[in-house]
Amino acid sequence: MSTIYILWLRQLKRYFRSRARIVGSLGQPLLFLLALGFGFGPIYAKAGGGNFIEFLAPGIIAMSILFTAVFTGIEIIWDKQFGFLKETLVAPISRVNIMLGRTLGGATVATLQGVIVAIISFFIGFRLEHPTSLLLALVVMFLIALIFTALGTAIASVLEDMQGFQLIMNFLVMPLFFLSGALFPLDNLPKAIITIARIDPLSYGIDALRGILIGQSHFGVMLDFMVLIGVLAILLAIGSYLFSQIEI
Amino acid sequence: MKKETEKIIEVHGVTKKFGDFTAVDDVSFDVKRGEIFAFLGPNGAGKTTTIKMLTTLLVPTSGEITIDGKDAAKDKNGARKSFGIVFQDPSLDDELTAMENLHFHAVLYKVPKKTRDKRIEQLLKLVELWDRRDSLVKEFSGGMKRRLEIARGLIHHPKILFLDEPTIGLDPQTRNYLWKYIEELNKSEGITIFLTTHYMEEADKVAQRIAIIDHGKIMTIGTSAELKKQTKTESLEDAFLALTGKQIREEEGSAKDRMRIHRQMWRR
Ligand SMILES: Nc1ncnc2c1ncn2[C@@H]1O[C@H](COP(=O)(O)OP(=O)(O)OP(=O)(O)O)[C@@H](O)[C@H]1O
Ligand SMILES: [Mg+2]
Repeated sequence: MSTIYILWLRQLKRYFRSRARIVGSLGQPLLFLLALGFGFGPIYAKAGGGNFIEFLAPGIIAMSILFTAVFTGIEIIWDKQFGFLKETLVAPISRVNIMLGRTLGGATVATLQGVIVAIISFFIGFRLEHPTSLLLALVVMFLIALIFTALGTAIASVLEDMQGFQLIMNFLVMPLFFLSGALFPLDNLPKAIITIARIDPLSYGIDALRGILIGQSHFGVMLDFMVLIGVLAILLAIGSYLFSQIEI
Repeated sequence: MKKETEKIIEVHGVTKKFGDFTAVDDVSFDVKRGEIFAFLGPNGAGKTTTIKMLTTLLVPTSGEITIDGKDAAKDKNGARKSFGIVFQDPSLDDELTAMENLHFHAVLYKVPKKTRDKRIEQLLKLVELWDRRDSLVKEFSGGMKRRLEIARGLIHHPKILFLDEPTIGLDPQTRNYLWKYIEELNKSEGITIFLTTHYMEEADKVAQRIAIIDHGKIMTIGTSAELKKQTKTESLEDAFLALTGKQIREEEGSAKDRMRIHRQMWRR
């Protein structure tokens, strides 16, 4: 337990010390909220969708969680290159615990980032149907964060250096985001798109957030939770296995 | 309780291959409890690779390693409990302070709370970094980082201390001071020291036994006097050259050394 805690604490300390990174990574979600939210708002309302900012905000919150989570997971590559990983790997503790500590730390950081984006979106005009469900939304945000930190960790375990990072951003993280229904409703879509959205775990995270925060859900919040927890279990298992195979 | 074995490190026929390349080739040796044992060899000889296998970071392609009576492949955590290590390359978290780095280590090694703070203070004073304990490591010079790593390797009172070229990038004063401390530690606490170095004077001065390794093979093992006698040479340096042959790699070696020091300076 104490090892998991100290690894978690390390991630948090690193996060709070890199203010530039915190502020920097808020630029993108803010831009999306403003440009898309106000840009498409009128069309969306005209089409009978209602308030687009309300619809969009959960998607953008999830986006910032996704990006931060994958990135903190992938940070293990830095630790490999700057040597710190060796220090943790020779310690007499199980690799599963190291992986769990790191993942919890990364996920906490990503959730915090999501909370900041949520606060910003309140200023832009995001209003809650059910303010009481904020706590449940936080649980979903943490689940999303855990899933994608574990994914980042799994990927980082098999990569040697940051060279593959662009590849992962463009062919994994971006598609995960754009095809998830973060930006558009999943109803009445072409078959191909909806099929992809169905296998994208982020879709369920965003759907759950919308269900909880604004009372709109495509899959049903119950199913969302089951899928999220299932995917998390699988990714944690794969991540722990790959992490335990690291040789440096 | 099981009687402590006399040999604290036992290595039998260990080979490590990276693809087709054999970095360590059928190596066998043992280190006695309380001994100071040195691996001496030119660049690329396989010293670091051997240390990585001894410390469970790399899995040998074949062969067996026993650390303090524990099989390094089967009982990894058992083996890990018994040693501390100072790596050849940097291994600190630059974004944490000196104190936080040591604290992190103490928690990982489950050093009891009561002794933890006292020992960290002692060690930081020893390496003369107590005044800088709350500075971020990225603000440290290469030598300061090295000293901090050495302090860190000692927090949990290991039975074996692995030192992979510990004096690289240190000035002569610090280097002397460090060896004095390590010898003292070896005498007073009976810690077994396994070190690698390029500096033959260092091996000659501190090590009780020396293994000369080249191209992944151990050429010979013995005391400094034995090695000189065996090769009929006057100094350990001559013995080293007589055994490893080529003088050129020596120059390569110092060039690589300079690069490494350079790199460390860049990382500040
Ligand atoms: N991960 C790896 N993949 C491929 N080859 C490797 C790897 N690690 C080490 N080697 C090779 O194994 C050989 C031994 O390397 P090692 O680092 O053990 O040498 P060393 O004796 O520590 O040298 P130095 O004095 O320069 O530190 C070298 O030729 C090196 O290129
Ligand atoms: Mg080496």
